[in-house]
Amino acid sequence: MQFSETWLRSFVNPPLSSAELSHQLTMAGLEVEALAPVAPAFTQVVVAEIVSVERHPDADRLQVCQVDVGAAEPLQIVCGAPNARAGLKTACALAGAALPGFAIKHAKVRGVESLGMMCSAKELGMEAVAEGILEFSADAPVGQSVREYLDLDDQLFTLKLTPNRGDCLSITGVAREVAAITGVAAALPVVAAVTVACTEVPLITVADARACPRYCGRVVRGLNPLAVTPAWMLQRLARSGVRGLHPVVDITNFVLLELGQPLHAFDRAKVAGGLVVRQASAGESLLALNDQTLTLDAETLVIADDHGPVALAGIMGGQTTAVDTATTEVILEAAHFAPAAMAGRARRYGLSTDASHRFERGVAVDLPRQAMERATQLVLDICGGEAGPVVEIAGAVVPRAPIRFRPARARKLLGIALDDAGMAAHFARLGLSFTQEFTQDSAAWQVQAPAYRFDLTIEVDLIEEIARLEGYDRLPTVFPSGEARMRPAPEAQRGTDAIKMRLVARGWQEVITYSFIAPEEAAWFASDTAPITLLNPIASNLSVMRDSLLPGLVATLRHNLNHGQERLRIFELGRCFASVEAGDQPQRVAGLLYGLAEAEQWGVTARAADFFDLKAEALALAAPQALSFRNEAHPALHPGQCARLYLGDSAVGWMGAMHPRLVQSLGLARTPLLFEIDLAALSVVPLPRYQRVPLLPSVRRDLAVLVDDALVVGTLLAAVRADLPAEVIALEIFDVYRGKGLPEGKKSLAFKVLLQHTGRTFTDAEIDALVAQVLGRMVEQFAAELRN
Amino acid sequence: MSDAILKDAELAFASVDSLPLLDQAKARFLGKQGWVTEQMKALSALPPEAKREAGAAINRVKDGIETLLKARRTAIQEAELARQLAAESLDITLPGRGEAAGGLHPVSRTLARIEALFCSLGFAVADGPEIETDFHNFTALNIPEDHPARAMHDTFYLDAGRLLRTHTSPVQVRYMQENPPPIRIIAPGRVYRCDSDVTHTPMFHQVEGLWIDETASFADLKGLLADFMARFFERENLPVRFRPSFFPFTEPSAEMDIGCVMCGGAGCRVCSHTGWLEVLGCGMVHPNVLGHVEIDSERWQGFAFGLGVERLAMLRYGVDDLRLFFENDLRFLKQFA
Repeated sequence: MQFSETWLRSFVNPPLSSAELSHQLTMAGLEVEALAPVAPAFTQVVVAEIVSVERHPDADRLQVCQVDVGAAEPLQIVCGAPNARAGLKTACALAGAALPGFAIKHAKVRGVESLGMMCSAKELGMEAVAEGILEFSADAPVGQSVREYLDLDDQLFTLKLTPNRGDCLSITGVAREVAAITGVAAALPVVAAVTVACTEVPLITVADARACPRYCGRVVRGLNPLAVTPAWMLQRLARSGVRGLHPVVDITNFVLLELGQPLHAFDRAKVAGGLVVRQASAGESLLALNDQTLTLDAETLVIADDHGPVALAGIMGGQTTAVDTATTEVILEAAHFAPAAMAGRARRYGLSTDASHRFERGVAVDLPRQAMERATQLVLDICGGEAGPVVEIAGAVVPRAPIRFRPARARKLLGIALDDAGMAAHFARLGLSFTQEFTQDSAAWQVQAPAYRFDLTIEVDLIEEIARLEGYDRLPTVFPSGEARMRPAPEAQRGTDAIKMRLVARGWQEVITYSFIAPEEAAWFASDTAPITLLNPIASNLSVMRDSLLPGLVATLRHNLNHGQERLRIFELGRCFASVEAGDQPQRVAGLLYGLAEAEQWGVTARAADFFDLKAEALALAAPQALSFRNEAHPALHPGQCARLYLGDSAVGWMGAMHPRLVQSLGLARTPLLFEIDLAALSVVPLPRYQRVPLLPSVRRDLAVLVDDALVVGTLLAAVRADLPAEVIALEIFDVYRGKGLPEGKKSLAFKVLLQHTGRTFTDAEIDALVAQVLGRMVEQFAAELRN
Repeated sequence: MSDAILKDAELAFASVDSLPLLDQAKARFLGKQGWVTEQMKALSALPPEAKREAGAAINRVKDGIETLLKARRTAIQEAELARQLAAESLDITLPGRGEAAGGLHPVSRTLARIEALFCSLGFAVADGPEIETDFHNFTALNIPEDHPARAMHDTFYLDAGRLLRTHTSPVQVRYMQENPPPIRIIAPGRVYRCDSDVTHTPMFHQVEGLWIDETASFADLKGLLADFMARFFERENLPVRFRPSFFPFTEPSAEMDIGCVMCGGAGCRVCSHTGWLEVLGCGMVHPNVLGHVEIDSERWQGFAFGLGVERLAMLRYGVDDLRLFFENDLRFLKQFA
């Protein structure tokens, strides 16, 4: 909502500067988004009249003008504007004038003396572009300062109003609010009924009284088609960002800004038969004023004549009945359309108009009559003609129920000590009347809100008004108190921050990627189900919800490779979306490793990261829980370098090298390694349970065996470990060797065997026997041969 | 004579520079065929009186040689250690080896800070789904269908009745449905708006806060949030102000501004030359919201607030472009390690 300060101050004029007024509005909840002068500073520009015009002797496009600036003698000024002509009243900068960005001096233009400059709106900084010099009306007073004449010291207020304050979408509404906050009385326009000079009445039927509880219509005939909108009105409209179109339309726009009531004017000659306010039939169409042909649905309120819809009620009129330069007779409409019937309708047709903006938020139900009289008066004043009686179709006025308000409740909710009298004073300023009622346990008031404060319906609305008028900054500020109870701290749960910090400590960098990805990215990592698709994505590459964190990591990899990175160790923790159900949006943690196993550094042989580098990370992340790894297939992972991760028998994630096909299609130089684990699996950790530490040191023996190359080490370890003698406390593999010195098709495995006696030291014979027992299992089940 | 032999020993010891050679040199004086042994053998030929005297003299020389020997041994050991140290000394300016530490994303870092501050006051952290129902995101928060406030939330829809949550406020609703008052929670998380330009990303983070008990008032709300901002920015006397605003799920509603942390209130580009920064929306929980979750608003009252995490991170760390947070350029992220 943008308006001229001068206009507002014509209704209420508190002794405050523009900046102070702006601050007070903001602090009362009518946020001033912008406060700007209507024109930049300039000096010595006056209203002038061109007395005569001659061709410049040496330039085709220049004219030599004699200009009356209100001084004794006219000034000679050379002017290149095509619209400079004798008799024109315009703006003239005198020698010595300071204009935005330049100064005016005596000058010679192509040899002819020029004692000033006639100005365009652009040269005065009022418009970004302008054609020709300004044109003032014939009654403009020559010699008067243009700043004064055009009221250029006016300021433009732009309010960012919250949706509940539809009542402030007019100068009157803002003026009422200013009066309430400052305590300065407002002098609002008093509207009297015009004299009814003819008996013509429009034929109006309201078929949907719920959507349209009040409809006022009136005929005004005998309009002068040559009438023009007066400059003062055009200026006020312009300062609210409204262009002048046609006097009648300008008047309806003016009244909308002044009082907040949207109006419409139909060219009566173009209306076929009577007007009906009704819901559209699906498929009906309307050529709207913006030249769009709208196909209507059945939930759209329209004004129709005998041929069909002629206006979208409360949104926009239609072309077929629009006023134009030939119009001599109009039907003025001032109606109340219910917010519920208006909500979202304009948007449905891609429209947003001043009228729809107001009706959606609410307009005072008693306003149409007043606005009708105001608009009629202006039409008669500007366009002439005579008005018929107002036809008003309205149901019985249901009085608004009073609001029960308890001062004690307000004090408790706001934490203030303001007494009843203080609250009563605030209500009085807001135009709220009330009666007191006393019940057994508390005093309550019955408060009646004026019709224009339709946002006030329950007690807390009034409490907010008390807070607002008291001033939020003047309300007390205290530190809250409450029960000093400690929060539960479940030790067997690992929080997301702890999980993240575990990765960070191991050199991983966290990233946060969008939860929506491109369909093809989703397809790389697809399970069989179709991804969840947004109905209104912001872009096609952000149109499906991720079911895996891996696409985001891959996209981050590619971005960073394009920006010169060579090695990445990145992770993300976030939600994935298996379905739209609340319980089916698991949080996961995923990581991507790319490039060297260790950052390039001195004294270290560079080596590409491989499956086992990542496996160690996955294990460390899950510890103390022991992940196990099973060979299962994943569409995005290398079938031979891929593992499904398990905790016990529950599958909790995946890890592996990216599938070579995908590596190639992504154009990557190296193979990324990826893991993804359900956060829930990582979040539960067993509470530590103490076990006695052995008194004696353990004994280590190493064991090297030859086995078939195809043998899966995990299978061997699992089988042997399942059946170890009690004294063998650990069996770990520490080397795998293939190649030179070994028979074809064989590999050598080296194990560390840790032995622990609980009571005493072992004898050599005992140790040999235990190791032999371990070896025996390997020999029996896996045809292992002892190496020497 | 004894002086000569001591001089001789001193020269002999000084001429060697390793412990094995010193042992060889020692043999000439203190060995089985060494000078001292020879002298001792010669004593037997002397009369008892002279024997005692000569013996004492030999022992004095022997002690002298041993002192010389010990001194030389120490000197050689010192020299050898010095040689070893010199040989082993490193260019300690070379880089260390191994993995450098990673880092949290600046949004996570900021979230952790916010959580720590509120948790220090007994707030619990609550969580909720990001694909929400229309009911939880709007209706239960007193935003009926076609309410103009819905137009302020450029919502991503999935199907009839499902959407990406536009704020973390639905967690309030879910929490209150499950937990009776008193309630003191924050709900951090991702939210989504169908809007993308220089100052908007279609996904960002919010922290919702909710405090319900029998007395929590607007004065408490002001105190809590002013305290939070002062702690978050570590500015003891950070100016704050509250302005009336409108959210369907709170009333009275407020916007909270803080004095610009970039310019100290003098006016700069970040605060649009107003000296103030809008940092969060808040208010007293609307009785209709309590009604939706069957909490008696005559008995229970309290407040809710929602703050934008990226906004706070930008102000805290001086980041001037929101979009950087989701580009995930390592050159940006590493700055927050």
